[in-house]
Amino acid sequence: MARGAFAITKGRFFGWVAAFVVATLLLGPVVAVFVHADSINDELTGEWATVRFTLVQAILSAFLSVALAIPVARALARRRFVGRGVLITLLGAPFILPVIVAVLGLLAVFGRGGVLNSALGWAGVEPISIYGLQGVVLAHVFFNLPLATRIILQGWQGIPGERFRLAASLDMAPRDVFRTLEWPMLWSVLPGAAMVIFALCLSSFAVALTLGGGPRATTIELAIYQAFRFDFDLGRAAMLALLQLVLAGGAAALALWVAVPMGFGAGLDRVVRRWESDGATVRVLDGGVIVLAALFLILPLTMVVLSGLAGLAKMPAAVYSAAGVSVLIALMSTCVTMVLALGLAQRAEIWGYLGLAISPMVVGTGLFLLINPVADPMALALPVIVMVNALMALPFSVRVLGPELRAIETDFGRLADALGMAGWARMRWLYLPRLRRPMGFSAGLAAALSMGDLGVVTLFAATDWATLPLQMYRLMGAYRMEAAAGAGLLLLALSLLLFWFFDRGGRVDVDA
Amino acid sequence: MKHLLFAAGVLCATEAVAETPVLTVYTYDSFVSDWGPGPSVEKAFEEVCSCDLQFVGAGDGAALLARLKLEGARTKADVVLGLDTSLTAQAAETGLFAEHGQSPVVDVPNPFGEPGTWSDQHFLPYDWGFLAFVHDKTKLAEPPKSFEELAASETKIVIQDPRSSTPGLGLMLWVKALYGDKAGDMWGALADNIVTVTPGWSEAYGLFLEGEADMVLSYTTSPDYHRIAEEDDSKAAALFDRHYMQIEVAGKLAGTDQPELADRFLQFMLSDAFQGIIPTTNWMYPAVTPSTGMPEGFASPLGQEQAVLLPPEDVPGMRDQALAEWRAALSQ
Repeated sequence: MARGAFAITKGRFFGWVAAFVVATLLLGPVVAVFVHADSINDELTGEWATVRFTLVQAILSAFLSVALAIPVARALARRRFVGRGVLITLLGAPFILPVIVAVLGLLAVFGRGGVLNSALGWAGVEPISIYGLQGVVLAHVFFNLPLATRIILQGWQGIPGERFRLAASLDMAPRDVFRTLEWPMLWSVLPGAAMVIFALCLSSFAVALTLGGGPRATTIELAIYQAFRFDFDLGRAAMLALLQLVLAGGAAALALWVAVPMGFGAGLDRVVRRWESDGATVRVLDGGVIVLAALFLILPLTMVVLSGLAGLAKMPAAVYSAAGVSVLIALMSTCVTMVLALGLAQRAEIWGYLGLAISPMVVGTGLFLLINPVADPMALALPVIVMVNALMALPFSVRVLGPELRAIETDFGRLADALGMAGWARMRWLYLPRLRRPMGFSAGLAAALSMGDLGVVTLFAATDWATLPLQMYRLMGAYRMEAAAGAGLLLLALSLLLFWFFDRGGRVDVDA
Repeated sequence: MKHLLFAAGVLCATEAVAETPVLTVYTYDSFVSDWGPGPSVEKAFEEVCSCDLQFVGAGDGAALLARLKLEGARTKADVVLGLDTSLTAQAAETGLFAEHGQSPVVDVPNPFGEPGTWSDQHFLPYDWGFLAFVHDKTKLAEPPKSFEELAASETKIVIQDPRSSTPGLGLMLWVKALYGDKAGDMWGALADNIVTVTPGWSEAYGLFLEGEADMVLSYTTSPDYHRIAEEDDSKAAALFDRHYMQIEVAGKLAGTDQPELADRFLQFMLSDAFQGIIPTTNWMYPAVTPSTGMPEGFASPLGQEQAVLLPPEDVPGMRDQALAEWRAALSQ
C-alpha cells in the first residue's frame, strides 16, 4: 500500500504542476499589466465612452439573445418535427464557428448590398446599416441566441412531463401553465444564461474589430489592440487591460454566482406532450418562430459557402501558408490544453476557469510587456499564440473532463488503489481509456476554437506571416472580398474538420 | 523554440533566396495590392538592382509608424514608404530614420518654401494629392460644397481613423486647420453623417464601392481611376473651397543592413521608371513629373490657393488635442 500512497501523491503533484503553470501564465501577465499601467485617474476620463459601449453592447446582446431564445426554446420544447434533432445539433455549431467567418456571412445577409437590404429596397424601405452598435449586437445575438436557446431548452426539458399532464387534467390554460410551471423554471434559468452571455460579450474583439466603427463602437478589447497598433502606447494598453480585467473578472465571478440550479424533482424522461398548446394558432406561431430562428442561423452560413466556392480560385498563395500555420497552432495548442486539462481535472479544477475572467488581450498585453525588454515579441509569436489559445480553451475542456474524471474515481478509484495503480499506470489504464470520448470532444472544441481565433495574433503577428483568420481579415481590409470569401470557406471547413477529427477519434473502436 | 519558428518559416516560405541581397520596404496595403504600384515598381527596380525587393503591406500609413515603433531597432524594414508630412516630425523623433543625404528637385507644390526645393533631411517625397470626398454622380447629383453643407445634409460618409490612416489624419488636420477651436463642434455636427470609421483607406473605399455610404474620404484624383482604368465616368470628387494636401514620403531606416541598396531605392524612387508608374497605379500626382508627361485624361491639380497643409513641425503639438476633440465628438 505504501507504493500506492506514494504514487497517488504523484498524481496530485501533476495536478498542482498544471495549476501552477496555468496560474503563472495567466497571473504573470496580469502583474505585468499592473506594473505598467498609466495612472488610472488621468486616463479613465478619455476611455469612458469605450467602457460605456463595452457595457451597453454586452447588456443589449445578453438581453436580446435571452429574450429571443425564450420563444425558440419553447417552440422546440413542445413541437416534434422532422429535422428537430439536426436543428438542435446545429444550435451548437456557432460555438466552433470562427467569428470572422460568421461576420462575413452576416455582411452578406445584413450588409447594405446584402439579401435583407435588397428585400427592404424592393419594399421601398431605407436600408439599414450593419456597422456600429447594431452590427455588433446582431453578431453577438447570432452567436449567443443558439447558446441561450440550448440552456433554456434544457430548463424546459427539466420540467417533468407529469407536471404538464397534471396541468392538462386540471384544464389549465396556456397562461396558467406558464405562470405555474414555465415561469418559475425561466426565472431560475434566465439570469444565469444572461450573465454568461454578458460575460462573453464583454471580451468581444473580432466582432468589434470588423463591425464596430470608430470611437463610437469600440470595446475595451479593441481599444487595447488600437493602443498597440495605432499608437504603440504600452502604458495605455496596460491601463485598458486593467479596466478589462476588473469588468470581465467581475462579470465571470457574477456569472458563476448567479447560475443557481433549480429543482423540479424527477420525472420520467420522455418526450413531453403539451395538451394546453395543441391549438392551431399556437402551432403556427411555434412553426414560424422555428423557421425564423433556423433561417437566421443557416442563411449567413449558406452565403459563406456560396460566395466561398466562387472565391476559392482567387485566393493568393498566402492563404494556403496561413492555413498551414493555423493548423499547426491549433494542433499544438490542443496538445497543451489536453495535458493541462487532464492535470487540473484531477485535483485543481477551479484553476481551469481562471481563463474566463482574464481576457486574451489582457494576457497578450501582459506577455508583450514581459517579453519586449528581453526579446523580440514577434519572434516568439508562435509559442505565445499557442499558449494563449490553449489557456482560452482550458475552461471548456476542464468543464467537460472534470465530472467524467470524478465519476471514474467514484466507480473505479478504490479498485485501482487496491491494485496499486497510480501515477502514469492509473492514467494509462484507467483514465485515458475511459476518458476517450470526452477527451475527443474537448480536444475537438479546443482545436476548432484555436483554428478560428482572431485575437492575440493581431498583437504579435509580423508582416510576413499570418494565421488564416488574420489573413482573411487582411484580405477583407485590402478589399479583396472574393479571396476573403474563399479563405472564409477554407477556414470554416478546416475548423469543422479538426473538430470532427478529434471528436470522431474519441468515438471509434472504444475498447474500454 | 527555434524549430517551431523554422516550421512556420518553411510554411510561409518567404526567405527562399539567400544569395541575392533583399531590400525590405514597409508600405501601406493599397500600394502592394495587385492593381497598386507595388508589382510594377518591384519589377522595374529588380531589373536594375540585382536584388530582391520585397514590399510588406502593414496596414495604412499611420499604422506603419506604430508598427515601426513596436518593432523598434529590431525591425526588418530597410525603407518605409507611405508616411506623409503629417507624420514626418513624429517619425524623425523616434530616431529610427537615417538622413537621406540627397537634394532632389521636385515638382511638389511647396507651401512652406521655395517651389521645387525639398528641405526634409530624413524623408523624400514620391507623390502628392488633395484629399476630397468622392461620390457617385448617378446616386448623389448635388454633393455638399463644404463641411457645413455636409454636416447639415443627410449624406452618409465613410472616413478613416486618424490614428491608423494618413488620409484619416489629413481629414482631422483639415478640419482643425479650417475651424481651429471650433473643430470639435464641426466633428459633433458631422457625427451623424459618418456610417463608420475604418482603420485604412482600402476598407473605406471598398465600403463605398459596395454601396455602404454615399461618399468616402479619398482624393481628388480617385475619379480619374474610374474614368481611365475602368472607363466609368460616374464618380466625382466633391469640391470644397479648400482641400487638405497630402505629400507622401519614404525614408531609410538607420538600422538597415542594406544602406547602399536603400539609398539606391530612394534615388530610383525619384526617377522616371518609378514616377511614371505612380499616376495610373497609385492615382496621385508624381513628385517628379515623368518625361513622358501625365497620362491623358488625368485632371490637373487644384491651385495652391485651394490647398491647406499644416507645416510638419506644427503637427505633433496639435495632433493630441485634435485627436481628443475627434474622439470626444465621435464617441457620443
